[in-house]
Amino acid sequence: MNLEFIQKYANLYVHAAGLTLRLALIGILLSILVGFLCSLVQYYKIPVLRKIIGAYIELSRNTPLVVQLFFLYFGLPKLGIRISSETCAIIGLTFLGGSYMSEAFRSGLESIDKIQTESALSLGFSRFQVMRYILLPQAVAISVPAFAANVIFLIKETSVFSIVALADLMYVAKDLMGLYHKTTESLFMLVIGYLVILLPISILATLLERRLRYAGFGNQSTI
Amino acid sequence: MKDLLTIQDLFKQYNKNSDPVLKGISLTVKEGEVVVVIGPSGCGKSTLLRCINGLEPVQNGSISLDTQVLTDKTTDWQSIRQKIGMVFQSYDLFPHMTVLDNILLGPLKVQKRKKQDIIPEAEALLTRVGLLDKKDSYPRELSGGQKQRVAIVRALMMKPEIMLFDEVTAALDPEMVREVLDVIMELAKGGMTMMIVTHEMQFAKAVADRILFMDHGEIVESGDPESFFTNPQTERAKQFLNIFSYESTQ
Amino acid sequence: MQDLGIRVLFEGNNFARLMGGLGITIQISLLSVLLSIVLGVLFGVFMTLKNPVTRAISRVYLDFIRIMPQLVLLFIVYFGLTRMFGINLSGEVSAVIVFVLWGTAEMGDLVRGALISIPIHQYESSYALGISKKQTYLYIIIPQTLRRLIPLAINLTTRMIKTTSLIVLIGVVEVLKVGQQIIEANRYTAPDAALWIYGTIFFLYFLTCWPISKLAGYLEKKWKN
Repeated sequence: MNLEFIQKYANLYVHAAGLTLRLALIGILLSILVGFLCSLVQYYKIPVLRKIIGAYIELSRNTPLVVQLFFLYFGLPKLGIRISSETCAIIGLTFLGGSYMSEAFRSGLESIDKIQTESALSLGFSRFQVMRYILLPQAVAISVPAFAANVIFLIKETSVFSIVALADLMYVAKDLMGLYHKTTESLFMLVIGYLVILLPISILATLLERRLRYAGFGNQSTI
Repeated sequence: MKDLLTIQDLFKQYNKNSDPVLKGISLTVKEGEVVVVIGPSGCGKSTLLRCINGLEPVQNGSISLDTQVLTDKTTDWQSIRQKIGMVFQSYDLFPHMTVLDNILLGPLKVQKRKKQDIIPEAEALLTRVGLLDKKDSYPRELSGGQKQRVAIVRALMMKPEIMLFDEVTAALDPEMVREVLDVIMELAKGGMTMMIVTHEMQFAKAVADRILFMDHGEIVESGDPESFFTNPQTERAKQFLNIFSYESTQ
Repeated sequence: MQDLGIRVLFEGNNFARLMGGLGITIQISLLSVLLSIVLGVLFGVFMTLKNPVTRAISRVYLDFIRIMPQLVLLFIVYFGLTRMFGINLSGEVSAVIVFVLWGTAEMGDLVRGALISIPIHQYESSYALGISKKQTYLYIIIPQTLRRLIPLAINLTTRMIKTTSLIVLIGVVEVLKVGQQIIEANRYTAPDAALWIYGTIFFLYFLTCWPISKLAGYLEKKWKN
């Protein structure tokens, strides 16, 4: 292992990791938004819209991000729709992530007993208030583990962004391997780069899941 | 006493091909009256309560509370439901909130009252049901009986004109039934108008001003508790009471 | 360019070539899934061992494989092994190695989950009936484990097929690569072919994965309790 090489080019990786994180963050936030709206449509079984969202979810979950990106980046411009690499990556990640987040929220919502809605309604709550005060807080808490798993999944998926010409971690590693033939060093830094991003999130997710599984609301002392 | 709740010819079917659950129910509940509805499982008694609270759509007939008709398309259920308190069989406290937050949420968010005004009321009601020391507990830290008492308080906080109890002790362990029924009995003595669906025959006898016996979606018999339990008029009521007396001799 | 290059799709044997590319994708996925299932069952049982050393080993393996993007693993095997050990692996072989490493970890965790999810009273009530240990496993435990496992294993297959799309990045000639070749070859006669070719590949993936997902969902629902 050539430490000098690592020192010299570490900066490129830091930069690339920054790009990965920034795009992932935007994509994940948009995924949450899209997912939340879709889960509401599914939960309230809104006619017509529900079918469209259902089709989107199936399409998104049954196709790989690589193919989605190829279509967006190389296919769409032929229709005159020209988008930048970054926009393309964000749209791709959101198209993929939206369906996963939607399923996480929906199963959270559906796991709440119907009696919760009924008793809130019988107290005079509006439909909106039932969602705001009763369903949402519980659904969010229930979906945290699935949600965290999705975040990790989506960050990992960003590793294909180099196909739309973005200089992410993979791109830098491949570039350095091609230019200097320092394969071991380039790959070593690639692994470290992803570990630095994903390990803390993964540990946090495990802690959150454990806390939720054993504590729930109340009884915190009995863990 | 004036009529508070009037139901006329109520007809309810879950879907077009199924048997109707309610086949033309008519009844009135006077102010301050305690009406207990009994009958075999599936007779429609729970559905009846759910219809009164607008949780189930009805196909025909009318329900009115005082002068307001509830079976209009334009019914403002949000304001009506504040006048109708309901407690369910399964524990329905909001698990993500403390006992106090559970009972304050309705007055705060629905009635937009001020927190400092309602906390004394909430604490007084919790004291009445013997649960003031549990106000900061979460529902999962309570026993079934305690949860149901909190659910009753939560409904009372809205200052309802009538309370509906849907088999509130059916899911409880036997030793907890009493503490919940005592609270309801207390309410009855305080003059609260109530409709109670229950399988506790002794309790029905003690609390009711009037018994309604339902079977197959109809009111088969109606009368004061004393004569209903000692001298039922219909064959179906006799059979039903027989099952219970057999059970109690075991 | 009225047709936006749709014609390219049906020119010569282009469509057949795309299907052939998809065939490669599916072959690699299925081979990887089958090996993963066999190794995953072994790994799953290995993970339930109470020995702290085996536990630590399996934990580190599982966590590392899961935390790394599969593309990183592909790079390590395809570029790294060649360099570090002088082993020259083709893209296809590298892909199968990586997908089996990954699939074994995922499958192993599913197997472990299914094994520990059978409540102890299932064993006890079986023994109480005088059923032998072997029979208990054969008639009580294994059928229940399988019912939990099969839908998850089918789901792993769709994930595997989707993940196989990555191998275009290490130069394996599969469906996407064939698509690229077709687009390249028609660059001047049909510059808009990319839309139709990639659109077609998108739907080919969907048509491959969707029925498998549906089957997994159906079985999961059917066998729930």
